[in-house]
Amino acid sequence: MARILPYRRPHPETQPRYLHSPYASTIKRAPAKPPVYLPQTLSEITGPSFPNVVTDIKATDLTRQHHGDPLGERIIVSGRVIDEDGRPLRQALIEIWQANAAGRYLHESDQHQAPLDPNFTGCGHALTDNEGKYRFVTVRPGAYPWGNHHNAWRPAHIHFSVFGPAFATRLVTQMYFSGDPLLPFDPIFNCTADEGARNRLISVFDWETTIPSQALGYRFDIVMSGREATPMER
Amino acid sequence: MSSNATTSQTIGPFFSIGMCRSIKQNLADANVSGERVNIEGRVLDGDRQPVPDAILEIWQANSHGKYAHPEDDQDKPREANFTGYGRIPTNIEGKFHFTTIKPGQVPDPDGKLQAPHIVVSVFARGLLRRLVTRIYFPDEPANDSDFALKLVEPSRRGTLIAKKVAGGVGVLEWNLILQGSDETVFFDCGL
Ligand SMILES: [Fe+3]
Repeated sequence: MARILPYRRPHPETQPRYLHSPYASTIKRAPAKPPVYLPQTLSEITGPSFPNVVTDIKATDLTRQHHGDPLGERIIVSGRVIDEDGRPLRQALIEIWQANAAGRYLHESDQHQAPLDPNFTGCGHALTDNEGKYRFVTVRPGAYPWGNHHNAWRPAHIHFSVFGPAFATRLVTQMYFSGDPLLPFDPIFNCTADEGARNRLISVFDWETTIPSQALGYRFDIVMSGREATPMER
Repeated sequence: MSSNATTSQTIGPFFSIGMCRSIKQNLADANVSGERVNIEGRVLDGDRQPVPDAILEIWQANSHGKYAHPEDDQDKPREANFTGYGRIPTNIEGKFHFTTIKPGQVPDPDGKLQAPHIVVSVFARGLLRRLVTRIYFPDEPANDSDFALKLVEPSRRGTLIAKKVAGGVGVLEWNLILQGSDETVFFDCGL
């Protein structure tokens, strides 16, 4: 039996605490007791993989999932999934979901007055390539109101779910857009104490991935926990 | 160059658009070996209200105690039809259920065997980060010496052990209480 080579723990305050009272839904859902520190075992350094997931054009191009064209500004969202040491994570499954250009989700619980778009579902998935790269074509999502507090609006964002190589490396996050005037007022974006960590959720405008006459490019790199330098002592 | 792992954000209320494409509530295909178990329960908040917008992800070894992962180099059989991964949403009443096989035992960091267990990630609106917990099995002698259970104060260990259901053959109940005096034990095991 090989030694366990654990994944690093998050740097202090670069991950949100469970209770963040400006985000009202945390108040009754955040555990009251601190989590029990668990050294990683074989159960945590292994994890699911998804070699059979089909990532065809409809999975990665959210503008081609229906007969017609969705409304809104076309964007390219691309980047790399790497670990904290800069190593690419290959065959990592990324799932995304988002509101349409008007700020409305195709979801029965979304009561926003904005229109649904019959040509936009708002979900996609991809596997990273050998360099850890991924790429989606979609439309820029609209901001939308929510019931957290008076006149609460979510900044434009795309939800990302990412599987790293192990159960200990599992991330769900949101990607934002630079210059969004709603960012300073959003309790979800601002839930993390470390300002640098927060700002890394904001994608970077990227001329290189822009397609002339078609779509603007935004880059969003995702970093997963790296390995400890030495195996855990037995 | 090195930077810290990306910050977690909540899955929000509309995750089913993106995550429910790949629901997996039955891990025990016909040709998978092992004892079938149906595990059911509810996710409840600090007011004992059901949480209808949560999703659980589970990860477990096969019945021989082998994970479908390259870093499990134990000399035990792999089973092509058993991935060990499941994704299970709650319904409007906060209820969930899944079917799997009871996992075999896997080693702890000291090389001793852990009791059979399933590791669980919990995502929900209002959870800014996933919660991590474990499901253990009732009447299991190995529970008494289990590496992870021993890290938990004895009065709280029961929150991690599924219960038999009267009259239900192969049915276990395991509830997930997010907050309160009898809240489920959650583990800090990384991201
Ligand atoms: Fe959203």
